[in-house]
Amino acid sequence: MAFLEVRNIEVFYGDVQVIFDLSLHVEEGEVVSIIGGNGAGKSTLLRSISGLVPPAKGEILFEGVPIHKAPPEAIVERGLVQVPEGRRLFTLMSVKDNLIVGAYNSRADRVKEKTIEAVYELLPRLRERESQLAMTLSGGEQQMVAIGRGLMAKPKLLMLDEPSLGLAPLLSKNIFETVRKIADQGTTVVLVEQDVMHSLSISERGYVLEQGRTVMEGPAKELLDDPHIKTAYLGI
Amino acid sequence: MLYVLEDTINGILIGSIYGLTALGLTVIFGVLKVINFAHGSLLMVGMYTAYWAVVLTGIHPYLALIIVAPVMYFFGYYLQNIIIKPIFKAEKDVREPITVIIVTTGVWYVLDNLSLLIFGPQYRTLQDNPLRGKMLEFAGMMLSIPKFWGFVIAIVTAAAVYWFFQKTRMGRAIRATSLDRESASLMGINQYRIYNVAFGIGTAIAGIAGVTLVPFYNVFPSVGVLFDIKGFIIVVLGGLGSIGGAILGGIIVGVIESVGPQFMAATWTEAIVYGLFLMVLFVKPSGLFGVKYDW
Ligand SMILES: Nc1ncnc2c1ncn2[C@@H]1O[C@H](COP(=O)(O)OP(=O)(O)O)[C@@H](O)[C@H]1O
Ligand SMILES: [Mg+2]
Repeated sequence: MAFLEVRNIEVFYGDVQVIFDLSLHVEEGEVVSIIGGNGAGKSTLLRSISGLVPPAKGEILFEGVPIHKAPPEAIVERGLVQVPEGRRLFTLMSVKDNLIVGAYNSRADRVKEKTIEAVYELLPRLRERESQLAMTLSGGEQQMVAIGRGLMAKPKLLMLDEPSLGLAPLLSKNIFETVRKIADQGTTVVLVEQDVMHSLSISERGYVLEQGRTVMEGPAKELLDDPHIKTAYLGI
Repeated sequence: MLYVLEDTINGILIGSIYGLTALGLTVIFGVLKVINFAHGSLLMVGMYTAYWAVVLTGIHPYLALIIVAPVMYFFGYYLQNIIIKPIFKAEKDVREPITVIIVTTGVWYVLDNLSLLIFGPQYRTLQDNPLRGKMLEFAGMMLSIPKFWGFVIAIVTAAAVYWFFQKTRMGRAIRATSLDRESASLMGINQYRIYNVAFGIGTAIAGIAGVTLVPFYNVFPSVGVLFDIKGFIIVVLGGLGSIGGAILGGIIVGVIESVGPQFMAATWTEAIVYGLFLMVLFVKPSGLFGVKYDW
C-alpha cells in the first residue's frame, strides 16, 4: 500500500471535465514531480487531493485511509498539506501570524513554538521579517512564507504547487534547494512544476500530465533523458 | 458654547453605542462578506433578553451582560449554522451570494413578528431602574450616566474584540478566513465553523449593545429598525470590516445628531448624516478610516 494513492479519479468544474481517469502513487520519503504545461490539470489534481474539488469518480487514499470524501480541514489534520499556487498568503497579516495560522490543526497547534523555531532555522529570512505584513514582502520572500506556513502544519506529505512561479532564476534555485532540504529532513514531497529540469533533478520519480491525463511516468533520471520530454518541456 | 460642548459629549456617548451595533455588523460582514439585514432584529432580541434578565432575576442592568452575551453568542452561532449555512453551501462558488442577503432579510421579518406575537406591541421600560435619568455633573455640564457607562462598555468591547482577533488561535483563523477562504481551508480551518463563530460574536456584540440601551431606551418589537439603518451608514462611514472605524463612525453620527439641533431643525441632521454617507460612498468607498481591515 502506497503512502498516497490516487486511483482512477475524474474531476469536473461544473460540467467541464478537467481530469480523466488519473492514477498515481507516492511512497513514503519520496520526492515526486508532477510536470506539465499550463492548463494540464496539475493544480486541479492537487486541489482534488486536498479536498477543495472532490473527484466525481475514483478514490484517493492516504496512509491507506480513503480521503476523497473528506473536507479540506480533515485532510490537513491527517498530515496531507498543500502550499497553493500563487502563494495565497494572508496579505494583511504579519509574517509571523501567517506562520501561526499554518499551525491551526490540532496536531500542529500543540508544538507550534518548536516548529516555528525549526522553520526560522530553515528560512532565516522569515525571522527578520516576522512582524512585517505579508503583502510588503518580495516575491521570493512570499514564497518562503508560503513554504514555511505549509511546514507549520507538520505535514507528513507536503504538496507544493509551482513554488518557483514568477521567481528570478537565482531565487528559484534557492527554493528548489529548500524543497530538497525539507525532503531530506524526512517529509515526503509532491512537487508540481513547469521548471521541469530543476524539478526532476531533485526528485526520485515524476509524472507527466497532459490534458488531464498522465502520459508518462518513471524515475526522474529516465524522464530527463526522454526524447519527448526533451523536445516538449526542456526545449533541447 | 457650553451647550455645544455638552451636546458634543453626549453625542460621543450615544454615538459609541451606535458604534457597538455597527461593530457586530462589521464583524459579520468582514467574514461572511454579506450584509446582515437581521442585525437590528438581533439587537432587538438582545434588548428583550437584557430586559427579561433584569426583570426576572432582579440583577443590576449591567450584570445582565453575563447572561446576555453568551446567550446571544449561541443564538447567533446556531442561527448561522441552521438557517444561513445551508444557503452558503448551496452557493459556495459565489463570493457574495445574494440569496444569503435575502435569507437575513427573512430572519429580520420572522424575528420582529415573533417578538410582536410573544411580547405584544407595547413599549417596555425597566421599573426600579437604578440608572433611570441619572445625571453626572461634570464641569458644569450634565451628562447621562447610563450613556456614559454605555460608552465605557463600547470601548472595552471594541478593545476586547480587537485583542481577540489579534492574539488568539480562533481570532487569527477568523482573520485568515476573511482574507482568503480557500487558503484558510488549506490551513485546516473549517470555514463553516468560522462563519458560525463570527456570526455568534457579531450577535453577542449586538446583545452587549442591547444591554447598554435598555437602562434608558424603550424595548419594543421593531426597535431594531431604527438602529439598522444607522448601523449600515456607520459601517460604510467607518470602513467595512474595520473595528475602530465602526466605533468612530458611530461617534460621528452621534455627534451630528446631538449637536445639529442647536443650529437647525432636527430633521436636517438626518439629511446631513445621509449626505455624509453618500459623499463617503462616492469619494472614499473604503470608508473614512482608510485601511480595508484593521484585523
Ligand atoms: N475554477 C475553475 N473553473 C473552471 N475551469 C477551471 C477552473 N480552474 C481551472 N480550470 C480549467 O481546468 C483546466 C486545468 O487547470 P489547472 O488545473 O489550473 O491546470 P495547471 O495547474 O496544470 O495549469 C484548465 O483548462 C483550466 O482552464
Ligand atoms: Mg496550476
